[in-house]
Order: sequence, then structure tokens, then C-alpha cells
Amino acid sequence: MKYIYDLHNTMLNENLILVYEGEFTQEITKSVLAMAERNMDSMGEESSTKRKVFNVMVECLQNIVKHGEEHRNSDDPSKNNAIFMIGKREDEYLVISGNPIKDEHISSLKEKLEEINSLDKDGLKQLYKSIIKSGELSDKGGAGLGFVDMARKSGRKLLYDFHPMTDQYSFFSLTTVIARA
Amino acid sequence: MEIISLEGTEDTPKIMLDKENGIFEISGRSLPEDSAEFYQPILDWIAEYSKDPNPKTEFVFKLEYFNTASSKLILDVLSALEEIDNISVLWYYHEDDEDMEEAGEEFEELVEGIDFQFLTY
Repeated sequence: MKYIYDLHNTMLNENLILVYEGEFTQEITKSVLAMAERNMDSMGEESSTKRKVFNVMVECLQNIVKHGEEHRNSDDPSKNNAIFMIGKREDEYLVISGNPIKDEHISSLKEKLEEINSLDKDGLKQLYKSIIKSGELSDKGGAGLGFVDMARKSGRKLLYDFHPMTDQYSFFSLTTVIARA
Repeated sequence: MEIISLEGTEDTPKIMLDKENGIFEISGRSLPEDSAEFYQPILDWIAEYSKDPNPKTEFVFKLEYFNTASSKLILDVLSALEEIDNISVLWYYHEDDEDMEEAGEEFEELVEGIDFQFLTY
């Protein structure tokens, strides 16, 4: 049973105030958002910080939901599982997610994230406008608009990593930092 | 014309579209699972309204939060409003919510022929 204590310590050491692991749906998204909101309210967090964290959480969670739906047919159900965490440090919040993705999607995803990270505030604004204006966007969003929005709300680079899982899948980790007001 | 009146929920906005009383409002939170499905009846209503609009239309957006999937649909709503004569958009934002103010300004830049007024609450 030591893993319980280890997990507990990991959460404390990494300053994680919320962790959810499992399948992601809109209902789960709403529950996680409500929990995080209550948490920030009870800590008396500034409303501008709360709004930015909420915003980034929504895009992050809905990205996972959308991605999960695309892979619902895969033979291994654990491939739909993802992890979502919120870290809180003295001067910043971290919105963290991890989910399996097919290796064939890594290069386009990387390209999108690199493009976003190469842009300044105004560049991100222009990219945002050009994506919603163009027909590129499907009805469920997509075209990386969620990432653009996360980067805009964060004002920092998006941190990401791909870790090999199997011969076909890698684990995509993403961290968005939001400074506390 | 029929009235659309929807209560807001934790992930969908409050909608009030009432031609007779001149009330046109989208407010609250917009992060539905399927934003296209949610906004379709609103787009249909505006298309119908624009055939025979009131002499003056003030359309209120008073959003607390919207996700990126909704932003495309909000742009679709605004594009549908472009067709209407004497249309203005009252874009409300919380007084310390610069992001929502900026979002309104970006929409203003993306549409034509709509007078935007920015108001705080």
C-alpha cells in the first residue's frame, strides 16, 4: 500500500491541488471545472487569475475530450485514458495534461505548438483571428485554436513533451503556466 | 415571431430573442459540448428576423466566458447580424476583464457594418 503514500507525497511535492485520471467527457469536464473553481474561490484567488485558469482548463479539457472521441474505436480502451492536473505555486498556476497520441500525429502537433511558441502577443492575436475567420475550423473547434488561446491567456511558452509508450503511441504532456495576479 | 428564451446553465449561455419587446441577448457562459448544435436555432432565428427586422436592433452580448469552439459560432451570429439595418452590438464585460474587452474588439475587427458599444458591468 506504499504507493498511496508515495502518490500523496508526489502531489504535495509537486504542489498539485487537483488530479484526475481516466476517461474524459463533457460531464467530467464540468465536474473538474466546478471543483477547481471552488478550490480557487475558497483560497480567495483574484478574479482575473481565476478567469485565466478557468479559460485554459476548458480548452485543455475539451481538447482531451475531442481527442478521446477520435480514438474511441481503438482496440485498447486504456488508450482513451488521460490525466489532468492543476498545480499551484506561490506565484503561478500550472494547468497540466497528458494523453496518448498516435505517433503519426506528433509532427503536425509539434509544428503547431512550435509556431505558437514562436509568436509574440500580437502574432498570437493575428493567428487567432485568421483561424476563426477561415473555414479551417471545424464545428468542434480544432485547427489548434485551443492551443493559441491557451498561449494567449498564459502569456508564456507552452511546455510540451512526447514520451514513447508503444511502437504506435506516445504520451503527449502539456503544461500551461498562468502567473498569479 | 416566436420568442427564444433559454435559461443559462453551467456550460451554455442564457438566450433571449424577443422581436416584439426588442430584447436580443446572449449572456453567461458558453462552453457547450457541441457549439454548432447549440447555436443553430439562434442563427436560424436571426436569419428569419433579418427578413423583417425592427427599425432599430440592439443586440446584447454579456458573456462571462466563452470557449474557442463558441468563438467561431459567435462570429457566425455577428456575421448574420451584419445583414440588418440599424444594428448595434452592446458588448458587456466585467470591469476588470480585459480579455473579454479585447475579445469584443477582435470581433468588431472581424465584422463589417455593425456599431459596437463597449460597456462594463
